[in-house]
Formats: sequence, C-alpha cells, structure tokens
Amino acid sequence: MTRPASISLSAAGVPRVPALALDTVWFQVAGTLCNLRCHHCFISCGPTNRSHDIMSRESIRGYLRESEEMGVRDFYFTGGEPFLHRELVDILGDTLQVGPASVLTNGTLITPEHARSLAALERASRYALELRVSLDGLTPEMNDPIRGEGTFEETVCGLRVLADAGFLPIVTVAQTWGDAEDAALREEFHSFLRAEGMRRPRVKILPLFRIGREEGRTRGYAPAEFLTEEHMRGYDPWLLQCSNSRMVTSRGVYVCPILIDAPDALLAPTLRESMKPFPLGHGACHTCWATGASCRN
Amino acid sequence: MVTPAVVRGSALEGGLAILGGPYNNHLALRAVLEDARSRGAERFFCLGDLGGFGPSPEKIYPLLREYDVLTIAGNYDRSLAERLSDCGCGYTHPDDNRYAQLSFDYTNRRTTDAERAWLAALPEQVVFERRGRRHLLCHGSPRRTNEFLWESTSSDAFLARLAREAGADTLLCTHTGIPWQRSLPGGQRVINVGALGRPANDGRTDVWYAWLAPDADLAEFIPVAYDHEALAREMEEERLPVPFVETIRTGWWTTCLEILPAKERARGRH
Repeated sequence: MTRPASISLSAAGVPRVPALALDTVWFQVAGTLCNLRCHHCFISCGPTNRSHDIMSRESIRGYLRESEEMGVRDFYFTGGEPFLHRELVDILGDTLQVGPASVLTNGTLITPEHARSLAALERASRYALELRVSLDGLTPEMNDPIRGEGTFEETVCGLRVLADAGFLPIVTVAQTWGDAEDAALREEFHSFLRAEGMRRPRVKILPLFRIGREEGRTRGYAPAEFLTEEHMRGYDPWLLQCSNSRMVTSRGVYVCPILIDAPDALLAPTLRESMKPFPLGHGACHTCWATGASCRN
Repeated sequence: MVTPAVVRGSALEGGLAILGGPYNNHLALRAVLEDARSRGAERFFCLGDLGGFGPSPEKIYPLLREYDVLTIAGNYDRSLAERLSDCGCGYTHPDDNRYAQLSFDYTNRRTTDAERAWLAALPEQVVFERRGRRHLLCHGSPRRTNEFLWESTSSDAFLARLAREAGADTLLCTHTGIPWQRSLPGGQRVINVGALGRPANDGRTDVWYAWLAPDADLAEFIPVAYDHEALAREMEEERLPVPFVETIRTGWWTTCLEILPAKERARGRH
C-alpha cells in the first residue's frame, strides 16, 4: 500500500490533504461567544471570547450564494452558542432555501418560541433541519463539572422543548471516558432520554480534541500524535472531512471546524479560493485520522 | 473515475424497470419482475446490493438470469467479490454497523466462489441514451458506491453538480432504500429507485421499484405486494435477527436507523 496520488507532501514532509470537493459548509455563526465555558472546549469559547465575531446575516447570505454556485450539499451552524445570534431563525430560513442545515447547540437558550419557529421552517422546507444538543453526562454530577453548574437541567429542558415541537434532536456526547465503555454508555444515554419522553433517542459520541481548554483539562498532543506519510499509506482522503468541507467565520474560510484558532488553517476570504491542499500538521488531524471522526451528523 | 458500461438498443426507448437492492428477498424480486413484465417492460436493470437482510442468497441469481436483468455492483456485491470483512455500506453509527455485520456475515457464509466471480464481473455503472437524454445508473452516487443520496439531505445544487460531473441528464441510484425523485432547475433529473429487499419504512409491507414508461422521463414508483409472510417464515427458519423479520411483517424499519436524516426518520415508527 502506498500513499494515494492525491495526497502530496509539504516541504517539511507533512502529508497534505487534497480539496476534493466542497460538500459541506460550516458557519461559526455566533463566533466564539458562548453562554457556557465548558472545560473541554477545543476553541475555548465563553462569554468574553471575541476571537471570532458574530456573523452578519448578509455575510452568511453571500457565502450561501457562493456555496450554491459550487454545488454544496449541506450546511452546519455552530459557535459559540448559535442561539446567542438574534437572527438565527432568519438565517436558517435563508439556508433552508438552498439546502439542509444542522445546528450545534448547548440547548440551554432554546425557548418554546424558538422551537415552534424552527419546526415551522422545517415543515416548510424539503430539506432536513437537524438540531444537535451537547450533553456530557447522564446526571448533573457527571455533566456539570465539565459544562458548568446547572447546565444539566437547562440542557435537558432544551431537549424536551425540541421534542415537544416534533424534533428528533441528536444528543452529542464528548467522549470523556475510556473507549471500552462506549457501548454501555450509549445504551445508558438511550435509556435516560427515553425516560425523559424522547421515544426515539439519537446519540452521537464525539472524540475529544486536545487543544483549547481541553489541553489544560487533560493533556495536549504527544509527539507521536502527528501524521506522517506512513499514516497515509492506503488511506482514503475522503474519510477526512477537510477533503470535502470548509468552515466560515467572521475572519474568513478555515480548513475545518476544529482548527479555527490555528493561523495556518485560515485559507482564504472566499470558499472558491479556499479549495487547495492543506498540510495535516496538527495534533487534531491525528485525532480525525485515528478515530475516523467527522463533525457531521 | 469509473468508466460506465454503455448499453445501446431500441428497447431502451420502451418501458424500463429499474430495481433497487434485492437484499436476498427473492420473493419480492420475483413479484417485481412479474409486475414489470406484465406492464410490458423491454429491459430490466438492477442497481446492486443483491445480498443482506433476507434469507438464502443463492435464490437471487437464477431470477436475475431468467429475466436477463442488467445488474450493476453495489457495495455489498463488491465486498463479497473482493472477500472483504464487512458490507462497506458506509454507516457511521455503531448500532447500524452491528446489524449490518450480522446480515453481511450470513450472506458471506452462503456465497460460493462461482457467485463471487459473477459479482466481480458486474459493471460499477451503466450509461444509455433514452429519449435524447443520457441516463447514468449507479449504486449510491456517481462518485462513491456507498454514498447515501437521501431526499432531505441532497440540495439541488449538489445533485446538479453530481449530474454535471458524471455527464448525465438523468441519474438513477439506490442505496438508501427509500424511493424519491426530483427535477432540478437546470433540467437534470435524479431518481432514487428505492430497494426491493425491505419495505420503504412507510408502514406498508409492499416493496417499490421505478417504472420508466415508454413516453416518460420521470419514474412512476410502483408498490408491489408479495408473500411477505412466507419470506418472514424463511427468515425465522434461517434464524436471522428478529428485528429484520419484524420489518418485513410491519413495513417499518427497526435497524440501521441512525443513518436516517431527521425527516426520513420522523416518517417511520422507530
């Protein structure tokens, strides 16, 4: 097995992922502003983090037009906390004219009015509107030390509001335990959500990225956790989301949703110009490679 | 890039039956082929994934030969031909993969060397001209055999790009198991023909196929009743997973649900 021809090497010998297609566009819609300050946040979001600003509806419209011209399949909205954006519902309305949308939220700010407006948008669109809600434990004792005091109750309340409006939210859980416990914990999450009245629970477990605040909570990447040519032998670059998606923030277009604090990950002001190879030189790249992780649903 | 097999002939202007994955459901396959013949079908096409889910894989092959069904390879067929360890369906959730593995192991154990050789010879894609339009038949999408083209997660712009890159006026695919079709603003058409192997998660025990009538560019999706109770009994005799049998008897999917987008999931029961 050799390295696929589409994967080149940088001058320093780092494998570079090709830009194969633009299937998915992410928006850092609320910038790095968040009402929470989770200890594992890989971009250290919080109430005072202004590294990336809230995006204007007009700016997002421009990128939606460019995306459509490029044949994009779907859109994702994250932050920070997207529901801090006052025009989120209108932005999602604009988006659902073009394609399917997913919103990644902590669920603590979702009101019944939000949920009703979103449900109306979803019904009126041929495209899916997915709500993804982060919850990192089955009890306040497990969740709140990571996400903050009182967040367990607030998030579960947000999940109920979404379920009442007819949504089937996807609960995303950061993997803060050992690999061996995955299956058991997933089943416990299913049972818990059923007991909360969500008859068809959907749970996605996400790997931790050892950057941002997580680096201080546990550890950063070890020297062996970086990709070399060896890792790319016989590897299908399609499996890396950076081969077929981009992240847009107030600062421009980044290679992926994880690396928006890395200066070299800012590729260009426009999506078209951002379609170029990227050296997989970050520890986080190793996580995507090793876990097969995708930030997609 | 895949080079599609080119099919020619005046029969292509007539009625065409385009079938999705049979998943070992030989009773549904026979019923669909008989239905299409009774409508005057000139040609039969199957978009791959012959195995999985149902009982007795060996019963599919004689039917495909009897009706001269032009079959392309799905991910299942490729995995069996290449002796891979899983179906390559492209599921991303462990719950989906667990059930997918059970059905793959069952089919894999019962597939002969001769059948593997036959599968290995199947084309990946087929192309033909019909009514002045270039039709491309693939399994998942023109660029990835196991790509899921769901109705609610495929934007017009994306489908138009796939069609343009494949040089197709009409794209026909399967892989998701739920039929849908769309005419795009640029004039291209995308037809997902659904699957024969299990019902379409619509609470009906029928299965669906796509019928292209002689004067039509869009498909008519035809529901076909078959002796699903007999199939369920065969599956029980083969000790296939109980949830699979429930799907055959109720028309609701019970497994491999996590891959479904919210809209498609919400229409089902589980």
